[in-house]
Order: sequence, then structure tokens, then C-alpha cells
Amino acid sequence: MQNDAQSQIVVDALVKRFGSFAAVDGVSFEVGRGEVMGFIGPNGAGKSTLIRILCGLLRPSAGRALVAGIDVAQDPEGVRRRIGYMSQKFSLYSDMSVVENLRFFGGIYGVSRADIGARLRFAVDMAGLTGREDALVATLAGGWKQRLALGAAILHRPAILFLDEPTSGVDPSSRRRFWELIHTLAQDGVSILVSTHYMDEAEYCHRVALINRGRLIALGTPLELRQHALAGELLAIEGNSLGDVMAQIRQAPGVLDVAMFGSALHALVDQAALRSPELLQLLSSTGRTNVRVHRIEPSLEDSFVHLVSASAAVAGALA
Amino acid sequence: MSVTAAAMIEVSALEKRFGSLQAVADLSFSVQAGEIFGLVGPDGAGKTTTLRMLASVMQPDAGSIVIDGIDVLALPEQAKRHVSYMPQRFGLYEDLTVDENIRFYADLFEMPRQVWRERADAMLAAANMTPFRQRLAGLLSGGMKQKLGLVCSLVHTPRVLLLDEPTTGVDPLSRREFWQILYSLRAEGVAMLISTAYLDEAERCDRLALLNAGRVMYCDTPAGLKARMPGAMLEIIAADPRQLLDFVRTLPGVQGVLLVGIGVHVHVDAPQRLSQIEAALATKGMAVTTIALVEPTIEDLFVALLEQASSMEKT
Amino acid sequence: MKWRRVKAIMIKESLQIVRDPRSLMIALLIPLLQMFLLGYGISLDVKQIPLCAFDREGSQASQDLLRRFSASPYFSLQGQATSYAEVDRSLDNGRCRVAIVIPTGFSKDLNNTGQGVVQALLDATDTNTASLAAGYASAVIASYSAQVQLESIQRRGGSVQTLTPVEVRARVWFNEDLVSRNFIIPGVVALVMAIVGSQLSSLTIAREWERGTMELLVSTPIQPLELMLGKLLPYFLIGMVDACICLALAVFWFEVPFRGTLPALFFTTGLFLTVVLCIGYYVSVSIRSQVGASQVALLLTMLPTTLLSGFSFPIDQMPAAVQAVTYIVSGRYYVTILKALFLKGAPWGELLLPICCLALYAGAMVLLAARAFRKTLD
Repeated sequence: MQNDAQSQIVVDALVKRFGSFAAVDGVSFEVGRGEVMGFIGPNGAGKSTLIRILCGLLRPSAGRALVAGIDVAQDPEGVRRRIGYMSQKFSLYSDMSVVENLRFFGGIYGVSRADIGARLRFAVDMAGLTGREDALVATLAGGWKQRLALGAAILHRPAILFLDEPTSGVDPSSRRRFWELIHTLAQDGVSILVSTHYMDEAEYCHRVALINRGRLIALGTPLELRQHALAGELLAIEGNSLGDVMAQIRQAPGVLDVAMFGSALHALVDQAALRSPELLQLLSSTGRTNVRVHRIEPSLEDSFVHLVSASAAVAGALA
Repeated sequence: MSVTAAAMIEVSALEKRFGSLQAVADLSFSVQAGEIFGLVGPDGAGKTTTLRMLASVMQPDAGSIVIDGIDVLALPEQAKRHVSYMPQRFGLYEDLTVDENIRFYADLFEMPRQVWRERADAMLAAANMTPFRQRLAGLLSGGMKQKLGLVCSLVHTPRVLLLDEPTTGVDPLSRREFWQILYSLRAEGVAMLISTAYLDEAERCDRLALLNAGRVMYCDTPAGLKARMPGAMLEIIAADPRQLLDFVRTLPGVQGVLLVGIGVHVHVDAPQRLSQIEAALATKGMAVTTIALVEPTIEDLFVALLEQASSMEKT
Repeated sequence: MKWRRVKAIMIKESLQIVRDPRSLMIALLIPLLQMFLLGYGISLDVKQIPLCAFDREGSQASQDLLRRFSASPYFSLQGQATSYAEVDRSLDNGRCRVAIVIPTGFSKDLNNTGQGVVQALLDATDTNTASLAAGYASAVIASYSAQVQLESIQRRGGSVQTLTPVEVRARVWFNEDLVSRNFIIPGVVALVMAIVGSQLSSLTIAREWERGTMELLVSTPIQPLELMLGKLLPYFLIGMVDACICLALAVFWFEVPFRGTLPALFFTTGLFLTVVLCIGYYVSVSIRSQVGASQVALLLTMLPTTLLSGFSFPIDQMPAAVQAVTYIVSGRYYVTILKALFLKGAPWGELLLPICCLALYAGAMVLLAARAFRKTLD
């Protein structure tokens, strides 16, 4: 393993172009030992492309990326030997059994004969498939396949793990179990880079990078992102027929933005403590009785939307 | 929740099986006009199958579906005139432009030219898509494709809208715009059935049905469901969440602990446990930044209810 | 049935065809390719058969005989061998396909016994050519034989006009020059129609399944018949355009005579096109993958048209069981009609039977295809 001081993944101004389209457009970040880094962004943001570059599957157009100290452009093979990769679609062979799949991947990753027995048992145990080693993968439900695929990716004890949308299409309990597994691995010193389009999965990571259109729009801990990304504080307004009063609220002093959310309204204000009673007053004056105004924590999605609009505004101002 | 008017969508005892797999079993629920109803559940819960049966692209094995007073199983083609369906996979033609796609669907539903032209203009403008009208649909971004899908499905002013995971993987900005459109439809009295695997999106619906293995587990408003949540939810932020998790798990009254990056979420059987746990942590000498009661998310709810259901099955 | 919906499907389909390079290639390139490749490539005429001569005698008589061979348009004298080994070699390496060996006692035998023997060696790896060559060789020798006999009788003072009491005066009808291209080209037209029609229509429904657009389409009020009409009409138009291209090529480039009437040609082409389009459509509905559908469609249209329609092999030469099968090959009727229209200029009355059969076939296929499509995912 590398020494603690050195970051396992270093990315510096990485660019990848397909024709004139920049899928990755100047991305820079670092991931340390035992850190779980989340890459969050919508489909088409460039997450998969980035991971493929870091795995040595695609050549960068510009910039530099070091994985376990190795330059991905110079020695992709060297990189691949040191990493584990779990692709979006699991890549397991559905017509082979659990243990046959593991043996196959063990062979491909060059796990030694002496080691393979123990590693197989570890992977099966981690996936919770003890007793079902001979079951065909096709008969397993989504959550099991996902854990098995993870097991297959770590047979050769890589120091770095790349997981490309590993939790798509998996039930919530399995999803949580999966994240616990990831943290167990991180505890053992493995650096893990996970990409996902589920904003709420940011909470499970040590640090989060928000990606949109090939660019990094924010980088930090989930808490930092939620608290500092928004230019104000969020209030939830509950009551009847709030749609009619939305425009009024938008005009109220200190209100920066109002949006509908279910049957409630979310209002972005400069100071929650100050504006909360003011808005309550405003609503009562419309004759509404059953109203409630309280402060809520902004979600990562709120931050994301704000950051994207902000960067668009800046770009527009510069243009 | 008392129903005064007849429901727009009435589903009872719906069944569908594929070979040995029971995809949908004894499914019943109803959706009112001007309501956004969420079908929530993991993959394989039966959401897509249910929507397909409502859209008449699949035949149920048993049960009945009534949409706007029309028996869908007996008169599927008639029902289709008032229903719009947006499948999970982008269903429009990638080699046709935005305008050409809209015109195609307007023609299929025999909309008068003036009417659909005006509607299309208005909706595309609201969705910020006017500059893209001549672009091939295949060249649109994911979010815009979904918006286009929505516009096409609304061109013939349906009374019922069926949406299968319409915002999965879509950027948050487009998702917001998409929901804006849904809210304005709600104000117009359209009944909407939307399936989602995003449990946080479920919070945006008026009412929810939590699906698992083809059955409705619970059906209520988000607030109602959260009130049903057995016990309470605590959030503990600490320097070493891992250690915290291992310890808290062993404490009495703790039904589930979840690691959340900066700390843990603890599902306890009663809110009183907070002070007990706080004391236990202090005794153990664990440094804790904050510990507080928090509102459970729909996901917490889902997991808790699932666990409750499975433990009830075992007894 | 609403015409507006049919039109919507037609417009959509046409836009997709125009924007898809593969469809355009099938529609425009294949007819040209087929016409030129097969038009020039296939020739069933047997002329200028390479011949090798081994004259062991070298007399006046033997040289006379050999001159007859070289003068014949059916043979092309490649050279005179000087040994049997050389003859063997020439036949082996294909330099010649026929070898004529004239023995040393040829003229002596002719004068004494009145009978000479000539040996003909044939390369029969291609049995067709060999049997034709044998026939031509026999004819050449027979005419020489008659000449010899005539001279011999005249030398003895007899007076005979001719030695062949019954003479065949052959008049070739319809294809006076016996140019094989003239009957192959009409067959190629049928082949082009079969390929283009089946390929284009076999992709259309399968493509919607593969791309995921079918699910949405099925949830609309579109009727199966409207869908079929809307999808097949553009391909029908393309097929007719291709028919015009092929006709123009046949008449003006390949100079195949056309003695029929244009309305008859287009009417029967329309019928045949309907058949292959419906077969392709049916396959497309049954097989939800584009690759699979196009292959099966090709199998069901091109193959029978090539082998069993009378295009390459005459039907009445086939075994009885196979002949029975050809009755259900629509290509058979179309090829018969085409050949008649091009070369015979047959009036409507003559062609009534095959046209009726083709029309029945078309009707049956339309019904089959229309009923095959079901508006359901499973």
C-alpha cells in the first residue's frame, strides 16, 4: 500500500473530448487513503467517462491523472492491475454460478492459487451468499447481484475501487447494506470513488464532488455543501391552497425564491429567524388558519440547483 | 380520507404474473382528479407493470381498472383517448425533430390543428424549449427529452397522466421544471400517477402507495405515512461515525442504525431513548458533536415498514 | 379507420427513411448493383468453347475437318497438340474443354471402309457445357460426314441433291438471338423487387420494438390496419420507383426488348410488391429484432425467387415434388409474367391465370399481415 501522506487518486485539469463535445471539461480533485468520494450528477454529466479514464479504459484529451502514483495515460495496464472496477451493469455472467463467476474474475485479476480459496469465501460471505454458492446468478435478485459484483471487484485486494452507479435499480435496504460494506472497505484503507445520480447518497460519502456538464461545480463534505452552497436559509410553508399565494410570498421582503414542493412551499430567505414570523403573519392575513412555517435543512438537490444557476449566471455575465 | 367525488382512476384486485413470477398481486388503489399519486417502491416491485396495465399496453390476469368511468379492460381503445402514458424508456422518435414528434402525436389523437399548435407553443415556451424546436430529439439532453415526452403526452389534453420514473437520472434543474409543469396540471384537475424509485421524490406527491413485491403495503399522504413511523429518528454527528455505529447498535431500543458520512441516523422505538443514548455515549466517553430528533425520510420509513412487515410475517 | 392517422404514420416513416442511410442504400443502391452484377455476370450462353486439336494424320481430310471446327462460332481453336500428353495437360489445366483427336488411319479408313472414327475428349466438370459441346461437336462432324458422303456418291457418278431427307429449319421465337441476358434480366427485376421490398418492410416494426418507441405507440388509439398501411405505403412507392429504374436499365442499357404494355407491367409489379412487403411486415411483427427479421425475410423472399421461380432454372426440369412447391412461390408467377411481357408481348388474356394467382396471393398476404399485429407488449 502507498504511504498515508500520498493521495491515492490525483486528477489535474482533466479533459476528454469526443469530437467537439467535451464530456469531461477541466476536472481537478484528489482522493486520499480510506476516503469515500462521491461523484454526484445527472446522467450525461461525465461521471462514467471520468471513471473510465481513471481506470485506463479511455485516454484523456488533456490534463493529467495519477492513480496509485501511476499516470493513466502512460501506463494504463499498470493502473488496471491496482484497481477494482464495478461497472454500471454489474458485468456478471448470468448463466454461471456465484462461485464460477468469482473464480473467473479471480483468474482474470491474477489472484494466486494460495489466496483464491480465502478470497472466495470472503466475497461470498460479504455478499451474504453463504450456502448459495452454486446458484446461477440469473436467479439472484438485484441487491445480491450488486454485492456479488462488489466482491468480484475486490478479490485481488485493490487499494483503489471505482464504482460506477452501483446502486441503480436496487431496493433501499440493499442500498444501505451496500454503503455499509463500502465503509467497511474504506476503514481498511481502500480509496473508493463512487458515482451516482441519487443526490441523497451524498450523505454516505466523506466528500462529495458535484458534476454537471463535465465540470465540477462544487467539492466538499456533504455538510459544507449543504450549508454554504445556498445563499440563504430554507423555510417550509405548509397550509391550504398555497399555489394562490405563491406570487405574494415571492414579493415579500427578504424572500429570494419560492418553489412548490408537494402540497407545501419551500422559500429561500435571507434570515429564517427574521422572516419566519413575517411570513406567518402574511398567511394569516389571507384568512388561512392551518398554517405552519418552519426552518428546514436544504437538501443537496437544492444546493445543486443553486450552484448550477449561479454558474450559469456567471457565465452569462462574462459572455 | 373520505372520497366525495368518484375517483378518476379506480384499480381493484389487479393481478399479473409472468411465468412463475407474480409481478402484481391483489393491487387496489384510487386516484382523484387534481391529485399527484406516487407509486413508490424498489425495482421489481411491480410499478412498471401496473402502469402498463393502466395504459392498456398489457393485459392483467385478473382485476378491474376504471378510468374516468370507462372500463379499461372492456374498452381499451376508448380509454386511451383520455389517458397519456410516458414509459420509462424514452418513447419518442430520435430521428424526428421536436416539432415533428409533437405533430405526430397530435395527429394520432386527431387534435384540431389550431388547438394543438397553440398548446404546443405554450408548453414548449414554459419548458424553455422553444429554441430547440427544429432539433432532432436524439440530440437533446436527458432532461429535455423527458420534457419533450411530457409535452407530447399532454398535447391531446388527457384527463389522466401515467408517468413511469420520468425523472430518473435527470439533472435537478430539469427535474424542478418538470415538477412545475406537473403542479400546474394538478391545478387544472388532471389526475396523475407517477412511479418513482427515488424515495425523496415521493415527498413531492399528494399521496403515496408503497409497493413491495407486487402488493401495496401502505397508502397515505407523506405526512400520514411518517406519522405511522413506529418509534422516532435520531441524528448523531460525531468525529468517528464508524465507532459510533458499532456502539449505538448495541444499545437498548435501537432498531436500526445507518451511517451517513458525518454521523449516524438511529431508528429508535421511542423518542425518550434520546436522553438514554446521550447518557450512554457520555458514559462510554464518546465525543459527540450533536444529537437530536429529526424527521424521518420516506426512505427511513420504507425500510422500517418493510422490516416491520417481515417481522410480522415471521410471528 | 382514420386517414389522418395513416397519413401521420406515413409522414413519420418517410422522414425516417430519408434520414437513415441504411434504408436509402437498400432502396437505391441495391437495384443498380443487382442489375449490373447479374446482368453482366450471368451468361448461360455457350459460345467459343476452347478446343484443342491433335491431328495425328495431317492429311487433307483431317485438316478439312479441323477447319470446320475452327469456322464454327461455337468453338475456338486454341492450338494443335503434338502428343497425347499435351492434350491431357491442356484439358487438365483448363486451357481447353474439348479435344478432338484424329487418328493416323483416318482418310484411309474413310476411303476403304467408308467409315472413319474421330475421338472427342470432353472436360465434363461443367456438365452443361460439356453436353452442349458434345452436341455441337456431333453437329459439326455430322455435317462433314454428309459432305464426304455426297462427294463420294458424286464421284461414283450418282446424282443426289442432298443426303438429309428431312431438314430442320429452326426459327427462334421471342429471343431470336438466343441471348440469355434477355431472359435473365426480367428475372433480375423480380429479384430486385423481392430483396428491396422484403428488406425495407422487415425492419420497420422490429426497429420500433428495438428502439422502445413501440410501447408508446401501442398506448395511443392507432389501429393495426392504420399502422400497416401507413408503414407500407412509403415502401410501396419506393418499390415502384425501383421498378422504373430497373425497367429503364433493362430497356435502354441492356437493350432487352420490351414488347408488353406498361400498365400491365406496373400492375403486376404492384401485386408482387404487395406480396413481399406483407411478408416482410409479417416477419417484422413476429421477430422483434431487426437483424433477425431482415434475415428471415430475405430467406422467405429472395431465396425462393432465386431458385424456385424459374429465374435461373426452368421449373419444368425440376422433380415433380419441387415443382409442386413452386406453386406457392409468388416469384414464380411474377417471373413468368415478366418474361412474357418483355419477350413475348403476350396479351392480357394469356396472362390471366398467373395474374389471378398473384392477385390471390397478394390478398392472402395482406390479410395475414394485417391480423398479425397485436397492440400488446406481451
